[in-house]
Amino acid sequence: MKIVVQEAPFDFAAEVEEFGQGRADMGAIVTFTGVVRDNDAGDLDAMEIEHYPGMTQKALEKIAADASARWDLGDVLIIHRYGRLEPGEKIMMVATSSPHRKDAFEAADFLMDYLKSRAPFWKKEHTGGDASWVDAKDSDEDALNRW
Amino acid sequence: MDILYFAWVRERIGVPRETVTTEAKTVNELVQELIAKEERYAAAFADISALRVALDQDLSDFDAPLDGVREVAFFPPMTGG
Repeated sequence: MKIVVQEAPFDFAAEVEEFGQGRADMGAIVTFTGVVRDNDAGDLDAMEIEHYPGMTQKALEKIAADASARWDLGDVLIIHRYGRLEPGEKIMMVATSSPHRKDAFEAADFLMDYLKSRAPFWKKEHTGGDASWVDAKDSDEDALNRW
Repeated sequence: MDILYFAWVRERIGVPRETVTTEAKTVNELVQELIAKEERYAAAFADISALRVALDQDLSDFDAPLDGVREVAFFPPMTGG
């Protein structure tokens, strides 16, 4: 299991390459990448991501451990950035490996649902001199009931 | 006890963390003590259904006891991913 919380960009291709190394028993690798999406008006200057340093690593490890207990996984990777990011930048990624694709897909989906509302990150949008915190959606909380 | 604030809770209260001496037995009692202190706390804690709390870096509830807790954090619902 590899959990990384960092301000710097990450190299998605290199991470995926490293993630799959030496595991010929894993027939499936699923990855998800979260990207800073511009708003509908196309004038988002930046997304600022705050986190709770003492808790973030611990919360992500728990989410990854919960996924590993539930599905047949070879490995789990979570990278999540914080700080000021511009539209188009990668915010985060998850990767799961499993002997079979169903477990890898479901575990990645589970990780994303829990990352949304159980990992201590908060997003603030900066638009043309204004800044506003992104509200959590009821649908994010509802998504956890799927599991 | 250390109290940490994040996102708009931090902005409304004006500091990211502070150390308080308290006799509060639960999170709710601590919140009431803070609200009684100053208007900025009352503004931040006006609707606690809009807030989350972590005790020693684990998510918890407002009716949880504070026995032995060293760090309390208040923040809005998380928006990761």
